[in-house]
Amino acid sequence: MAVVSPPRRTATPARRPSRRRGFLRHQPSRLTYLSLLALVFFSAFPFYYSIVVASHDNSVVAQMPPPLFPGGNLFDNIERAFGTGLMTRALVNSFLVSGTITISVVFFSTLAGFAFAKLRFRGRNVLLLIIIGTMMVPTQIAIIPLYLLMAKFQLVGTLPAVIVPSMVSGFGVFFMTQYLRTAVPTTLIEAARADGCTTAGVLWYVVRPAARPAAAVLATLTFMNSWNDFFWPLVALNPDDPTVQVALSSLSSGYAGDFSLAFAGAFIATIPLLLVFFFLGRRIITGIMQGTPNR
Amino acid sequence: MARRRRSRYHRLDVKASPYLYVLPFFLLFGVFGAFPLIYTAWVSFFDWDFLAETHQWIGLDNYWRLFSDYTFWNAVLNTAQILVLSMVPQLLLALLLAYALNQRLRSPRFWQMSALLPNITSVVAVTIIFGQLFGRDYGMINWFLGLFELGKIDWQAGQASSQIAIATMIVWRWTGYTALIYLAAMQAVPKDLYAAASLDGATSFQQFRMITVPAIRPTIVFTVIISTIAGMQVLAEPLLFGGGSISGGSDRQFQTLSLYLYEVGFNRWEFGYASAASWLMFALIVIAASINYLFLGRIRRH
Repeated sequence: MAVVSPPRRTATPARRPSRRRGFLRHQPSRLTYLSLLALVFFSAFPFYYSIVVASHDNSVVAQMPPPLFPGGNLFDNIERAFGTGLMTRALVNSFLVSGTITISVVFFSTLAGFAFAKLRFRGRNVLLLIIIGTMMVPTQIAIIPLYLLMAKFQLVGTLPAVIVPSMVSGFGVFFMTQYLRTAVPTTLIEAARADGCTTAGVLWYVVRPAARPAAAVLATLTFMNSWNDFFWPLVALNPDDPTVQVALSSLSSGYAGDFSLAFAGAFIATIPLLLVFFFLGRRIITGIMQGTPNR
Repeated sequence: MARRRRSRYHRLDVKASPYLYVLPFFLLFGVFGAFPLIYTAWVSFFDWDFLAETHQWIGLDNYWRLFSDYTFWNAVLNTAQILVLSMVPQLLLALLLAYALNQRLRSPRFWQMSALLPNITSVVAVTIIFGQLFGRDYGMINWFLGLFELGKIDWQAGQASSQIAIATMIVWRWTGYTALIYLAAMQAVPKDLYAAASLDGATSFQQFRMITVPAIRPTIVFTVIISTIAGMQVLAEPLLFGGGSISGGSDRQFQTLSLYLYEVGFNRWEFGYASAASWLMFALIVIAASINYLFLGRIRRH
């Protein structure tokens, strides 16, 4: 992944409003940068505003004009959000759920991706097509029988009810297949085989190290997705033993009008994601840009 | 001897290992993905109260009931409206944004990260934040409108206003993500196409319209299909915008299909009826996606 940095323009002679002809040869216009600045503003504003609201007493929030700058009550409100004990529990649950799902998805996707990308077997193409097809299935359709299934296994209200259905992902398999096709040279696999390596050996010594960058991207995407998952956890878990998103929703609807509290909750629920984003954002962007079936 | 045993083992290894590696996916997906999907159809033929012991077979009655169920079609209409209100601006903005991101910018990663930032937040957090922004009395947006003497809007109360508010949340969250997908496709467009057009005197916008958009058309189709499928399943936004109310506003003015499903299934516990609604919803999603696909297919030919 070569990041080509644009040639620096030094000492710009009185900027003419550049005729935007053939942007390959010209620098981006001022309008481009202005619209990108607008993008930054609109992207960041709700985050900023959530800190503003979360750091004020609720009576200040209910004022006109609304406060535009952070106040001093952030920690009070966070303490209140944690106060019921529900948030702590929800954070632990969410880490358990998202962590388990992430490990499982990455593991199974690497296994299947390796098989689809590098092994020859009957029905390979059909099976891969089925997997791509599963990416298009609207999952909500099956929520009633899924609930019946979990009720049958007596898992309703427990974390496995949320974990198990998400342990594999069609997107994950597709993503790893795409990556491993080019990341692992077939000649290397043949050489390992000639040296008496079994398929499992190839997987462990050749594929596993090569898959690492893609595995990191997939792990990040999976973690964020399951952290943000809402409908199924809302249905399958008890309100008093929820994931972060479910806890957040009951916080906001249970104390309607207490925006400081709800925003403090939103702040808590978003912090882990912001951390992931700041450290792994580049990878996530690479993942999104690679992960779509281009033409 | 040892050698023959080894080669037999080797053949078994080569033959069976691939299946072993793809098996976990199909096993888990089969049990928790495919089976429930098919089982939905079965349940939909019953008068299936979750809390009752026995369930009575009633054939297609649930479907007949649905066809004349006002609240179901109201939800269908709301979902379609929110879908259009969110998808059209989202895809157009994403195209423009990708166009901007595709130029030789300074620190491109910074702008890309800014585009993605909204997408990493959860729907729940987004809805809480926007719910306040769209508040009637103390909301930031009404305050802003007030500066221009435009008066207050009771965003939640009206059908159009509430759906615009919900669509705004979706647009905010997904535009940057879609733009990155477009950007990836744009970067794959051969550069010499532009060079040639540029020599012919095509303006930057003409190049965008005549080269870039046709070249990334498959990706546009892909995003349209994906956001149709996602847009048909919108749940958290209307649920939380209404303060946790499952009816989607006092007049059901923003109850979506998913929210309706949630109400029938997990509030009234009518699993049979909810399953029938699920299947109809599935059919509608397929129809909506196909219409989009065919519609975009026609554009290509003209």
